Amino acid sequence: MGLKRNVSLAKGLRYKGQGPMLTFVLHRMGGLAMGIFVTTHILSSFVGGDVGKFFNNVYTHWLFQVPMFFLILFHAINGLRITILDLWPNLIPHQREAIWIEWAVFIPVYGLALFAIVSSTLGG
Amino acid sequence: MASKPRTLPLKKRGFNFEMFMWIITRLTALAMYGLILIAIIGAFIMGARNQMNVADVLRWGFMPNAGHVQSVPLENADAWATPFWRLVASALLLVATGHGVHGLVVIADDYIVSERGRGIVRFISIVMMIGMSIAGLYVLWTA
Repeated sequence: MGLKRNVSLAKGLRYKGQGPMLTFVLHRMGGLAMGIFVTTHILSSFVGGDVGKFFNNVYTHWLFQVPMFFLILFHAINGLRITILDLWPNLIPHQREAIWIEWAVFIPVYGLALFAIVSSTLGG
Repeated sequence: MASKPRTLPLKKRGFNFEMFMWIITRLTALAMYGLILIAIIGAFIMGARNQMNVADVLRWGFMPNAGHVQSVPLENADAWATPFWRLVASALLLVATGHGVHGLVVIADDYIVSERGRGIVRFISIVMMIGMSIAGLYVLWTA
């Protein structure tokens, strides 16, 4: 079976993949989170009524939005890096620099999203 | 001395379904950037600068569906529910569904290795892709 690993979980967490491994894990988590979010969102707006209202209350809550925006924005920006490097393979040797640029873009963009979420939560 | 490139030129790689989906995943990512940009630019042309905050513009940008600006007091709500925006939203929905479902298949293939398991996952994924597309289109064109 695919789930049978040859390494323990503790060893897996200490794996020295560093920056690229971290982007891989976050990209995967963001993709899964968005898959679940979009599916439930389409279904709840399709069904509507009290179910739709319940899910809308979840989506507009800041506790949902803060981690969700992290994952979505990271997936979008990391996806752009992957796309650029894959379509122009000559750039692949500079992948570590590309990841630093990616974080330099991500942090201010996520900061803006955090600011918007926090100000709308406090200001109503 | 320039090192020898380690990537094969496109002609020598061969072209199969997996390769096709690989390139589609990249191109749909770019398409989503383009469509979201169109929606955000459109929001500003329709007066978002005076009528909306950043969160409302982003919610509209990620899916230009009139329901996403229901809570905003707009001067002209009809301009946000034109067939053009429904078409942009439909394109974004279909592109995102295709990209997303293929992503789920890629993740599932990393953990499910038996032929039968992969077949089941693929079947569920295709059913989900068609179902979600129809449900989403229904919401976009009837809301």
